[in-house]
Amino acid sequence: MLSFVIRRVLWFIPTILMVSIVTFLLIHATPGSPFQPEGANNLRPEDIERIEKQYGLDKPLPVQYANYIWKAMQGDFGESYQRRSQQVGDIISRTFPTSFHLGVMALTFAAVGGVILGVLAAVNQNGPMDYFSVTLAVLFYSVPNFVLAILLILAFVFWIPGWTGLDFFNLGGWESPRDWILPTIALGAGPLAIIARYTRSSMIDVIRSDYVRTARAKGLAERKVIVKHVLKNALIPVVTLLGPLLAALATGSFFVEQVFAIPGMGKFFIESMRAKDQPMILAVVLLYGVFLAIMNLLVDLAYGAIDPRIRLN
Amino acid sequence: MATSERNEQVSQAQLLAEAAEAAPSRQASLWGDAWRRLIRNRLAVIGMVIVVMLVLLAVFAPLLAPYGEGEVIHESLVLAKPSWYFPMGVDQNGRDVFSRMLYGARVSLLVGVVAQLIVLAIALPVGSVAGYFGGRVDNYLMRAVDVVYAIPQLLLVLLIVNLRGPGIANIFLAIGLTGWVTMARLIRGQMLMIREQEYVKASRVAGAGPLYIIVRHMLPNSMTPIIVALTFGIPVAIFIEAALSFVGVGIRPPQASWGQMVGIGQQYIRSVQHLMLFPSLAIALTMLAFTFLGDGLRDALDVRLND
Repeated sequence: MLSFVIRRVLWFIPTILMVSIVTFLLIHATPGSPFQPEGANNLRPEDIERIEKQYGLDKPLPVQYANYIWKAMQGDFGESYQRRSQQVGDIISRTFPTSFHLGVMALTFAAVGGVILGVLAAVNQNGPMDYFSVTLAVLFYSVPNFVLAILLILAFVFWIPGWTGLDFFNLGGWESPRDWILPTIALGAGPLAIIARYTRSSMIDVIRSDYVRTARAKGLAERKVIVKHVLKNALIPVVTLLGPLLAALATGSFFVEQVFAIPGMGKFFIESMRAKDQPMILAVVLLYGVFLAIMNLLVDLAYGAIDPRIRLN
Repeated sequence: MATSERNEQVSQAQLLAEAAEAAPSRQASLWGDAWRRLIRNRLAVIGMVIVVMLVLLAVFAPLLAPYGEGEVIHESLVLAKPSWYFPMGVDQNGRDVFSRMLYGARVSLLVGVVAQLIVLAIALPVGSVAGYFGGRVDNYLMRAVDVVYAIPQLLLVLLIVNLRGPGIANIFLAIGLTGWVTMARLIRGQMLMIREQEYVKASRVAGAGPLYIIVRHMLPNSMTPIIVALTFGIPVAIFIEAALSFVGVGIRPPQASWGQMVGIGQQYIRSVQHLMLFPSLAIALTMLAFTFLGDGLRDALDVRLND
């Protein structure tokens, strides 16, 4: 087990390094600098040089990279181009908890809903419940999250109140728990569908296997068979989904936050992209990349812990 | 007794011969069988019909659209609700939504197809070389693949578009350059399997070079998973373009894109809802259609199913 953990962690470090280098290079190749090129900044060449020196932009790239990483590890991501007086680090520490909150809720919704749906479908294979779940899953999977978000808003904020006068949901924001419901559904629907699909096929495979047959032959009650044997084993491959799912949730949150006007990191990221706020973009992408790499590492470790076949490979 | 038995056999043979003549002769071919299986799948047929309609609408958009893509009809008509003259209403600049939807179909389909072509162009060489040669070549290529794979595709696309600016060419470049990884892995897997087949070994012994073997023998035999993966990749590309345009870093006005129309429509949501409704439904329907089609293709082309 230990060698598995060590191998996995060692592999993690070059990955993070590559992510940071690629991101850094891509951002630095981008035109756009402390003085917005689209604006009319009639600075003399000497002034431009002076400002470059001040921001350290005249040093060779590897040095700039090293400086950036060194400061980043201490939490200093520089100043935002857009909001001149604010530090990028501050903006992030204010907005990240909101996004994280939304992400966790969406993940829980997707996991619980998906597993339940998948189990029900597998247990009633080819029955009405199966077709219903599969169709629902395909629908949720195909419709992009921001489109679903918009349809939800149209339905619950405009149409249904229009017909029934049931004015429950607001247009957006993150004030009360009531605001959490629609964004969670919008963000979590896609992952829910994927989890449901995977759970269903995994359970069908397990139900057909020999040890389940043995359990039934022994005379165990069906419910006990399902819960005690099938479910535990069927859920293992579903764990491998968590890595890519988290990535999907993270990137999906950009758009859902935009639609529901949620003050999270995703919304600020989008605004930064439109304003070409390079320090902000760099910091957010780096953070997401590192965060996802850590999550993937944890998922791999968990999978190795649960399934002995993996770590002994 | 022997004669009567023989007579029985002859008449039985005659019956069989007549039956065979009466029945239409069916050649069992991979594509024929697959097509028949596909047709039987109702969802796949629905998907196919929608896709075909979409292609026709997109190709003939200039002929079908009553107004131009960016044509401002009249200021007084701004934000008009759907009516007989303007089946989908008028947008905030005075342009006909229906016409823009048609042009938007062009954009979506173009992005979907071209991005996948770029994916194929990169994944084919990388995957085949890695799969055919194996060993160290395989290792190095897969490490390169892992680097691209580490960052989520959408983030990479955003970075590239950030770098190169808006415009449709940059978008399908970005999507193609970042999305080839799964296809490459797929092709590599296929190559690794087919490499061990007898006809490949025979080819090698006969002196054929790697390029010839790959192109002539191995690729044609791995086409089915590639086709399925391509079909599933199209809605992903459409989604990425729509998402980019939605937040304003993709296709800019006056060019029309469904995602862009949704994004702009969202700003007017309090007063008019029709601006957001139609492009949202269009995106959802298109992605649904391609997903159904992909599912159907996958089931139909699965050689292991013998019915």
